[in-house]
Amino acid sequence: MNFWFSENHTPNVKISIRVDRQIYSGKSEFQRIDVFDSPEFGRFLTLDGYMMLTEKDEFIYHEMITHVPMAVHPAVRQVLVIGAGDGGVIRELTRYTDIEHIDMVEIDPLVVEVCRQYLPRTACRLDDERLTIHYEDGLKFIRSCENQYDLIIVDSTDPFGPGEGLFTREFYGNCFKALKKDGIMVNQHESPFYDEDAEACRRAHKRIVESFPISRVYQAHIPTYPSGHWLFGFASKKYHPLKDLNETKWNMRGISCRYYTTTLHKGAFYLPAYVERMLEAVEGGE
Amino acid sequence: MNQERNRAQAGGLSQERAPIYEALERFEKMRVVPFDVPGHKRGRGNPELTALLGETCMRMDVNSMKPLDNLCHPVSVIADAERLAAEAFGAAHAFLMVGGTTSAVQSMVLSAAGRGEKIILPRNVHRSVMGALVLCGAVPVYVNPASDRELGIPLGMRVEDVRRAIEENPDAKAVFVNNPTYYGICSDLRSIVKLAHEHGMLCLVDEAHGTHFYFGDRLPVSAMAAGADMAAVSMHKSGGSLTQSSILLIGGALSPGYVRQIINLTQTTSASYLLLSSLDISRRNLALRGRETFARVVEMAEYAREEINRIGGYYAYSRELVNGDSIYDFDVTKLSVHTREIGLAGIEVYDLLRDEYDIQVEFGDLGNILAYLSIGDRQRDVERLVSSLSEIRRRFGRGRERLMDFDYIAPVVVCSPQEAFYAPKEALPLKETAGRVCSEFLMCYPPGIPILSPGEQVTDELIEYILYAKEKGCSMTGPEDPAIERLNVLKR
Repeated sequence: MNFWFSENHTPNVKISIRVDRQIYSGKSEFQRIDVFDSPEFGRFLTLDGYMMLTEKDEFIYHEMITHVPMAVHPAVRQVLVIGAGDGGVIRELTRYTDIEHIDMVEIDPLVVEVCRQYLPRTACRLDDERLTIHYEDGLKFIRSCENQYDLIIVDSTDPFGPGEGLFTREFYGNCFKALKKDGIMVNQHESPFYDEDAEACRRAHKRIVESFPISRVYQAHIPTYPSGHWLFGFASKKYHPLKDLNETKWNMRGISCRYYTTTLHKGAFYLPAYVERMLEAVEGGE
Repeated sequence: MNQERNRAQAGGLSQERAPIYEALERFEKMRVVPFDVPGHKRGRGNPELTALLGETCMRMDVNSMKPLDNLCHPVSVIADAERLAAEAFGAAHAFLMVGGTTSAVQSMVLSAAGRGEKIILPRNVHRSVMGALVLCGAVPVYVNPASDRELGIPLGMRVEDVRRAIEENPDAKAVFVNNPTYYGICSDLRSIVKLAHEHGMLCLVDEAHGTHFYFGDRLPVSAMAAGADMAAVSMHKSGGSLTQSSILLIGGALSPGYVRQIINLTQTTSASYLLLSSLDISRRNLALRGRETFARVVEMAEYAREEINRIGGYYAYSRELVNGDSIYDFDVTKLSVHTREIGLAGIEVYDLLRDEYDIQVEFGDLGNILAYLSIGDRQRDVERLVSSLSEIRRRFGRGRERLMDFDYIAPVVVCSPQEAFYAPKEALPLKETAGRVCSEFLMCYPPGIPILSPGEQVTDELIEYILYAKEKGCSMTGPEDPAIERLNVLKR
């Protein structure tokens, strides 16, 4: 049988993954949700036809968006996660016993329900007693938060559709306000490679730079995202992602990862020349 | 109205139909070879424009002809569309307009009063009314709109003030009402209509911001329902049609044929079918789905108000302002926000929203911004607006600053706008014009309310206001000198 899932990465490029069978298809108030099984990537989730995660490579994204800030901030107790309905970020966070509370704000309850049912490998810790799930618009939730969190993880979808409010200046400003005086915000930062993604990347970086005193970008290799080269933003009020990295302390925790290491942590902030130039141009107020 | 409805039904017409749109579809299938205007010939002659607007759009840009009727003298599909519009709005007759609501407002004034005849109107009328007065030579009798000192906004006309104006000017031909105002304030329209009619005057309503009144359950009374004689309805504002399209409604007292003659004095003879079909389709939408749509808009506006008021400092006002007279009712779809408590002028918040947060609101004046909510808005965009306002307060808010207070500046009408506009004049530096008679318009835009009109005396107080509004970044328009350093006044 010739059954393929295809996603356009640009109007002229598309990636296709052979599908065994479709596990789920549904439509929520916000988006269309699909789950497939594939021979190469295992089970995968798409929203409005855009790849969100596959069982084979989700560890890269979830480890990199979680452990990088956790190895820098000396005492993360209160965490806010925006988006992340698949539960992958929560799974990584709950490995830290000293985190006291996690608020997760997901706009779409159906995403969480579908992931609980069909993606147990990422949704496995959504019942952790330290976690409170709020089903509402992230932009709305954070508006009323002030001086509350040590860490905010923005696990958004793309800068169009239901997640577009999470790429705006008002959102980053609200995050700044919601963080304690030494808080860190990490966000999904799009890809620098294809033109349209790069433009989203530049815009997000510009808005974060305007909102936080420290704003750096790091990278990871995620095969099923457009171009495979993906960026994360590290925005912080006090801690520097490299100077304040405490390798010994993190390694003493004994958290075993498949992608993240404290050595890779350092390497991830060394960006290709064209990406550095692109970000510098934005920082220069261009 | 019943008669109209019967006729409409007899012709197989119902609100599900869109006669102009249907005629355009039929026309396209005929594949007529165009040896007429427009010269772009279905877009082929202007490929760049076709690439920008799309082929469908260019194919629909056609000329009046037999299968498509003619707006100057409608006999077939346009006449049918107008009948359906009249029925949908509860009017005796409806005219589709392609020159903006400006043309609808001007047609009302030109229909009602001629040279030297009086028309009673509130000072905060749109500039289009003043333009009509220059054209027809009618003389304005101003009613001081009440104002709210705290909010710094003009309100509706008090019924007592209208009564006094009518009694002092029994020869006036018409009473003109803004309903609602830009800010959503409504006057006691039913009582004003009754007063006008008791004194043999017409009642004309600028309903540019009230299209949705005809299609809502919890909304203020519409002009036609209140018994007004004419109403200018901006379909392109809350109704969803294309910019520059509009509708003029009339009641049973006026002759549709005479009003058509008046409209044809200034209307284009090449009416755009893009505009006409947008009116037709929007009317159908409103008639079929308007009620549920505007119920949703109201809900969204109520939500936004609640959230904005929760931020602190801002005041998003609503029905609580209603006082039974100068604020007889409030249009709850309008999201007007008072900003002075956070120490920023409305125009400053307006600029910050655009420059810092990529959000364009309808206008900012000295103390308020107005966000226009309509049938195309999405909840997520409302969240952005609210969050941005919260950020503006955090980042830019100052303690309540003493901003300048302005009372209503009663205009001193020395001669008719027409007389002043065409009289010999000289350009003087603004500061030297006190005591002279102005011969041009000076508007603070938006919302386009005249500060000075031709025939009015310039005062020190006015000059002070103009300088202040300029400094705050309001866009001032009207005078021959675009920098507004100089003003044209009548030669002594």
